[in-house]
Amino acid sequence: MINRKVAAVAGTAALALALTSCAESERDDGDAGGGDAGSATDDGGSTGEDAGSSDAQFVFGAAGAPTTFDPFYASDGETFRVTRQIFQNLIGIEEGGTEGVPELATSWEGSEDGLTWTFELQEGVTFHDGTEFNAEAVCANFERWADQNEVGQSQAVAYYYGNDFGFGDDSLYESCEATDDLTAEVTVTRVTGKFPMVLSQSSYAMQSPTAMEEYNANDVQAEGEAFVYPEYAQEHPTGTGPFVFEAYDNAGGTVSLTRNDDFWGEPAGVQDLIFSIIPDENARRQELEAGTIQGYDLPNPVDWQSLEDNGNQVLIRDPFNILYLALNPVADPQLEDPLIRRALYHAINRETLVQNQLPDGATVATQFFPDTVSGYNTDIQPYAYDPEEAEALLAEAGAEDLEIDLWYPTEVTRPYMPDPQRIYDAVRADWEAIGVTINPVSRPWAGGYIDGTQSSQSPAFFLGWTGDLNSADNFLCAFFCGDDNQFGTSAYDWHGELQDALREADGEPDEAAREEMYRELNENIMSEEWLPGLPISHSPPAIVVAENVQGLTPSPLTAEDFSTITLSE
Amino acid sequence: MTDKHTEPEAQPTQEPDSAEGHRPRSYGQWRKDRIDRLAESGSIADEDGVSLWQSAWRRLRRDPVFLVGAGIIAVFVVVAIIAPFIAPHDPTRAIPELRAQITPSTPIPPAQPGHLLGGDNAGRDLFSRLLVGSRQTLIVGVLATLGGLTGGMVLGTLAGGIGGWVDSAVMRIVDVMLSIPSLLMAFSIAALFARPSQWTVILAIAIIQIPIFARLLRGSMLSQRHSDHVLAARALGVKPTPIVFRHMLPNSVGPVIVQGTLVLAIAIIDAAALSFLGLGNPDDTVPEWGQMLGKAQTFFNTYPHIAVYPALCIIVVALGFTLMGESLREALDPKSRR
Amino acid sequence: MLRFIVRRLLQAVLALFILSVLLFAWLRSLPGGPVAALLGERGTPESAAALRAQLGLDQPLPVQYFRFVERAVQGDFGISNGVFRGQPAMEVFLQRLPATIELSVVAMVIALSLAIPLGYIAARRRGGPLDTGSVVFSLIGVAVPVFFLAYVLKYVFAVQLGWLPPSGRQTVGIGATHITNFYVLDGIITREWDAAWDAFRHLILPALALSSIPFAVVFRITRAAVIDVMDEDYVRTARAKGLTAGTIRGRHVMRNALIPVITIIGLQIGALLAGAVLTEKVFAFQGIGQALAIGFELRDYPVLQVLIMMAALIYIVVNLLVDIAYAVIDPRVRTK
Repeated sequence: MINRKVAAVAGTAALALALTSCAESERDDGDAGGGDAGSATDDGGSTGEDAGSSDAQFVFGAAGAPTTFDPFYASDGETFRVTRQIFQNLIGIEEGGTEGVPELATSWEGSEDGLTWTFELQEGVTFHDGTEFNAEAVCANFERWADQNEVGQSQAVAYYYGNDFGFGDDSLYESCEATDDLTAEVTVTRVTGKFPMVLSQSSYAMQSPTAMEEYNANDVQAEGEAFVYPEYAQEHPTGTGPFVFEAYDNAGGTVSLTRNDDFWGEPAGVQDLIFSIIPDENARRQELEAGTIQGYDLPNPVDWQSLEDNGNQVLIRDPFNILYLALNPVADPQLEDPLIRRALYHAINRETLVQNQLPDGATVATQFFPDTVSGYNTDIQPYAYDPEEAEALLAEAGAEDLEIDLWYPTEVTRPYMPDPQRIYDAVRADWEAIGVTINPVSRPWAGGYIDGTQSSQSPAFFLGWTGDLNSADNFLCAFFCGDDNQFGTSAYDWHGELQDALREADGEPDEAAREEMYRELNENIMSEEWLPGLPISHSPPAIVVAENVQGLTPSPLTAEDFSTITLSE
Repeated sequence: MTDKHTEPEAQPTQEPDSAEGHRPRSYGQWRKDRIDRLAESGSIADEDGVSLWQSAWRRLRRDPVFLVGAGIIAVFVVVAIIAPFIAPHDPTRAIPELRAQITPSTPIPPAQPGHLLGGDNAGRDLFSRLLVGSRQTLIVGVLATLGGLTGGMVLGTLAGGIGGWVDSAVMRIVDVMLSIPSLLMAFSIAALFARPSQWTVILAIAIIQIPIFARLLRGSMLSQRHSDHVLAARALGVKPTPIVFRHMLPNSVGPVIVQGTLVLAIAIIDAAALSFLGLGNPDDTVPEWGQMLGKAQTFFNTYPHIAVYPALCIIVVALGFTLMGESLREALDPKSRR
Repeated sequence: MLRFIVRRLLQAVLALFILSVLLFAWLRSLPGGPVAALLGERGTPESAAALRAQLGLDQPLPVQYFRFVERAVQGDFGISNGVFRGQPAMEVFLQRLPATIELSVVAMVIALSLAIPLGYIAARRRGGPLDTGSVVFSLIGVAVPVFFLAYVLKYVFAVQLGWLPPSGRQTVGIGATHITNFYVLDGIITREWDAAWDAFRHLILPALALSSIPFAVVFRITRAAVIDVMDEDYVRTARAKGLTAGTIRGRHVMRNALIPVITIIGLQIGALLAGAVLTEKVFAFQGIGQALAIGFELRDYPVLQVLIMMAALIYIVVNLLVDIAYAVIDPRVRTK
């Protein structure tokens, strides 16, 4: 093999030498004789003439590659982190919060019946390709969303649109009309609490109609066992945001953006924004300490202290998530007995768990969404940690020798669950203390865990959710909607009541009434009779940046805007 | 009938000067040659009137490599047996005082009076876990080796005892398996199981040892085919099956011991690699070194000691088995006796 | 001779075919699947079923296999649905192959430059303390799990001392030009010397860790081969003729002893690949091993299929070439 390798190297070398005349460095500076291997800023020839902003380079360590650069076809954080810098939405998200605020729309107003919404648009905005942003462009985007081929309509492709609007005749979207240059009127088919705030989600970014047409933005295909995204999504994402897409280097695992010098708002504080894909968390941390990257997301809470000790800034976001332990009676009929479910809940010492296993700022959960979401019920009394009560309940249920499969995922970190193994360890210890026998089942995230928990194979398992927007439905429906949801609620006689309540609350146009309905629903869900699962905690995910990074505001939705970043020497 | 014509390279090496790995034609071939030489070694019962074992023992007694290896293994086995009785704490349960020290920023309790090496990330006493971990490590090693041996024995005796097309078929499969790097094969097998456990780890490691033992036993039997005691038994009218079991197998014990010793080392290391890749036993109640090392990777940069201790244990024990195995191999090898 | 080559070629094709069937079935029998990876906690049983249908994963295995073969013969090996989503699987392989080759070559060079001299010296001083010492050293190399060695090297030289970079193939901000994807080579041909040096520095630690795998084997074979050759008649004759030690060493001993060494080093590719999976994971090195690990985690069937089949192909071709070379040299092999 060495011979082959040598031959291959030699062959490539020969070829390369033959090409040397044209194999010039593509660098701007042309002269690379400096030997400054550690230097991170290297863009002497760039066009950054803006006197106010620095020509600095910010490198962020991403955990994975973006799936596409068209946010409409994405549903994962790694993609959105990049697209949020390139694109903007009609409705933005308040800095450091979860509320919708004006962005490309300066204001909006709903009609009496709640079906027609009028958006007044920001003036003087152009897309990166020079196309003017106006009401026509807004409607082109709405039309484009609705006009998806069969593949585009798949859950794995246009996930958010499929969930929030839906395709075809049942779609929430009715029409869009440009009543004048800067006024767009959007009509929806039914009243829902989430419109128009739903438009603040990254997927509903405004994209250049010209670029979308030129590069066939809607031409997504299923080929073999994968989706093939059109040229637009791979190479030409065109928005109005503070950064312009420059290149994606597959082999090297880097996404490069540059400052949009014609940005209508405050220009970005750095000239180059580079996302370096480093899948291994330890490696991200070491790169930060070595100074080759200036920040990364979701540092392990174990490292928070030492990261700060070394001069880095660990920015903690407000928790906007929920970690819960689901109990599925379809997977294990014993769990149909509410006494057993209550016993298992009383046995968990959530205070200690949150204190010892979760990062600072984590709180004990009393219901299935955090208190910042409207519909949160402050009256719900938490299930007390009471092992004696738990044992008594088990005895009452005649299940003193209860045996249960407890699932946890391996090789994965979620914002709500930084280290699944440790949370599992804590719960196992608590349950064993009341005499329950635990059969641990651990599966890789995509290697059976998601499959098992969603197909009701796992009696007890840890899962969670990070909210997409300030909406009770966004949390509760993800957990409990449908006849084969992950909690297996169809096995309970109150399943129908639950489904009706979810549907009615979401369809209620009046905000106050809707809030009250969710408050009541939360109380029912946590009642001794229902209790389909055990909410455990809300924990704050962190983002870490180097000492010289200023101006980054952590976002509870993990929707940070990198354009506010500046670097000091 | 011998299979001389179908597969000459399977014959114990014939050239008198061929050393270990001389002129290997492929990676698999190199592994085969090593095994075949070993197979041949045990079958030579007598030399100059001194029994093989006596002669080997004479050499081993003075061989520092063997003595060091044997010493390590002796200590290891003794510890494995008595560990639960001498361990200061219960290794399977969290110690309240250690668990109370765990916070998100200090997940590993440091060394302190009463806890020589501190605790692990679940608040269990690390020293006790290391001590008791020797037992489970030994069990994994021994069971994986025994599993490989049993599987190999079945295949090897089938092939060597029956011969003919059975032999060709079995050995073809064995050779293919030998040409695949064993660790890659272990990863693949372990990944197959929906519910990984200690048993799937043992099974995966056992399976990759089967072809080695199969070839070893078959080679050993072939080389005995024409030896005096087998010919004599056959002349006396003893049936083939008893010949295999009463006369041939016992003489293969030497090579099997050598290979078993080496395989034990590999089993312990491979168990760690499987755990590192997330293919190991998820239940860490009962400690095992490979699993302790594999699961410590999250803490390697901040608390390296919880990886280093089990790693050192593995290295020392694996080295012990390897030293012992290699010196045994040399001692039993007739060629190196000149 | 021709018949021998044809027969071996047919065997190789058959082996690849059987492997492709087994691989195909094996991947799909693994727990989990790409649908779970794509949907995560957002999936529901209905959406998962719909997606499975869309990707053709609900079809019977033989149908899926037939489709795969149909596309494969047209040069389409599928498109990644994991981390490299949207990228043709073959492209993933070709982009990452240079990284692993670079790593393996440097690892092999390190192993050879240590193991051959050491093996020779050990053989010359057979039985002496130096011999025993180096044998034991090589056995320690066997006993240390390669991923642990990788972590230790990284911890000491990158994290604590800061002499070498801790991970990756090149400093991201350096903005190097990539032509061949052999980063060191790229730096040299574009005369971006800092980029070449930077890429080389990134190679040192992972290569050192990986070199522990071939080191032990090469050492043992060198030692055994030198011992053998020194006992050969022609060496004894040469010695008897009164040739100087240096001449004997150079002309007879080393030249003949190196033959088995050279053959074995090429054939360590399989072992190196197993080691690369572990090493690249520790160093976040963007090679085949890392792609395998990620592909495995996300159940990226097309990428796994291409990576494993191509690795097998290279392995088989090399074995075939070696066999043919031996058949040319040694007629006895042919006649069997």
